[in-house]
Amino acid sequence: MLRTYVIAFLIFLYAPIALLPIFAFNSGSVIAFPLDGFTTDWFAQLGQQTELHAALLNSLFVGVLASILSVLLGLAAARANVRYRFPGKTAAMGLIMVPLVLPEIIVATSLLVVIVRFFDWPLSLWSLIAAHVLICTPFAIAILNASFQALDPALEEASIDLGETRLSTFRLVTLPLVMPGIVAALLISFTISLDEFIIAFFLTGSDVTLPVYIWSTLRFPKLLPVIMALGTIMVVISILILTLAEWNRRRGLRRVGAKDTGGFL
Amino acid sequence: MNQDSKRGLTLIAPPLAYALALLAGPMLAIVLFSFWTQDYLTINRTLSLKNYAEALSDPFYRAIMGRSLVVSGSVTVITVLLAFPVAYYVSFRVRPDRKSLWLFLITIPFWTSYLLRIFLWKVMLGYNGVVNSALTGLGLRDEPLTWLLYNANSVVLTLSHAFAPFAILPIFVALEKIDRSLLEASRDLGENAFTTFFRVTLPLAAPGVVAALLIVFIPTVGDYVTPAQVGGPNGMMIANVIQAQFRDLNNAPLGAALSVVAMLIVTVIALGTVWLARRLSRGT
Repeated sequence: MLRTYVIAFLIFLYAPIALLPIFAFNSGSVIAFPLDGFTTDWFAQLGQQTELHAALLNSLFVGVLASILSVLLGLAAARANVRYRFPGKTAAMGLIMVPLVLPEIIVATSLLVVIVRFFDWPLSLWSLIAAHVLICTPFAIAILNASFQALDPALEEASIDLGETRLSTFRLVTLPLVMPGIVAALLISFTISLDEFIIAFFLTGSDVTLPVYIWSTLRFPKLLPVIMALGTIMVVISILILTLAEWNRRRGLRRVGAKDTGGFL
Repeated sequence: MNQDSKRGLTLIAPPLAYALALLAGPMLAIVLFSFWTQDYLTINRTLSLKNYAEALSDPFYRAIMGRSLVVSGSVTVITVLLAFPVAYYVSFRVRPDRKSLWLFLITIPFWTSYLLRIFLWKVMLGYNGVVNSALTGLGLRDEPLTWLLYNANSVVLTLSHAFAPFAILPIFVALEKIDRSLLEASRDLGENAFTTFFRVTLPLAAPGVVAALLIVFIPTVGDYVTPAQVGGPNGMMIANVIQAQFRDLNNAPLGAALSVVAMLIVTVIALGTVWLARRLSRGT
């Protein structure tokens, strides 16, 4: 009985996403049943949407920079958290992890107030990158914490005993061992940034990101089938990215000889 | 100060400085800003409680705030109730080497475009949507149902779907930590499967359940996309009003005051939940 329930739950979980490819390949221009015929036109039309291309490039730019910066900050925080004891640790880690539970509208409005009302700076993709680093860092830390926890400190001590400096030990021993965690953290941060809407909605000026562009098209029924095609491609890509991240994480755990205890979060 | 502390502090300094500059600072700024007032096109910087008076007394804002809390509260309870059996199944019934695959399956929908997932619920529940097509197609109804979409219920359903993985993961983690020999001990001492669940498993899983409650409740109160897409005029929530003040109505200080009020209410409810959970777990 429990098994039946869980399967029903998974169907509920996947039902809306299953609709994406159905409408992406449906020749009718209205997103509703009954279906018409099979077509790949909507995918072909993706190539002609110049605004979409600009939005995609903006999103990739924001996602790449935001994920690199969050993983750098995440590495420092996770390393400090796992390896060292220092005064104010709980409070410091608590503050850094807060964006994980904060409603995103609060982050969006408070940064908007500071940027526009207090400093009178123009909004740009950089303001969005700064905000995305803030919300991606806690996810990076969560993943990297696990990587550093799985790392045996004796390996680093051995390296120092054998004459390496602290820096070369980090480069030659620590970094390769936590590399799978770093890759997973990069991929997850990138995925979060790529998908984030409300902060981007508030903080982008004239340069919009992909979710903001999608939001603007949801009001125009004519473009919807093309968006379904785009969505189908995005789902496939995010499944690939996640599979890669998960494969990497497991490889990392195997490398340090730890037991697998679950997913990313 | 010993060397360990120094190294730790040096490492934590950059991420901490970042959080102070982009989180703590802006939070203080929005609190200050909420005491200023909009004077047509300019901002009057004398401190005033006018925005708070309006946010707390205007029946419209009170109704929206109340609805946000009721919707989020319902989403939280429904999501956690639906999630618990799934977490239990993965933790207790699935073979250990298959567990991460199951978690992977559960989290995948969560990583696919949030906007499109919400929009697709419109396709599910709409007039010519999946549910109505199925009902009329099977001959169960002559006319499509119109009450499925654009109300508070559709917001609850859509949010429960969006936040399901958030609830499953913390409960799963708590269930994984339970020492299985405690369950055997309970059975050996004469409890049946049912009483063992309520007297051993559930109390031990309580921290995960509390975490799940908070992790669903806090972000859903401030959700913008779902009420805007599937809520209709009677499903609007606080984030939609805040956004309108900042963008269309051009009364950003009032929007800031509404944000601060929402944040305070959420914080009080969250702390209350933690306090209540601690008291209950001490009582048993």
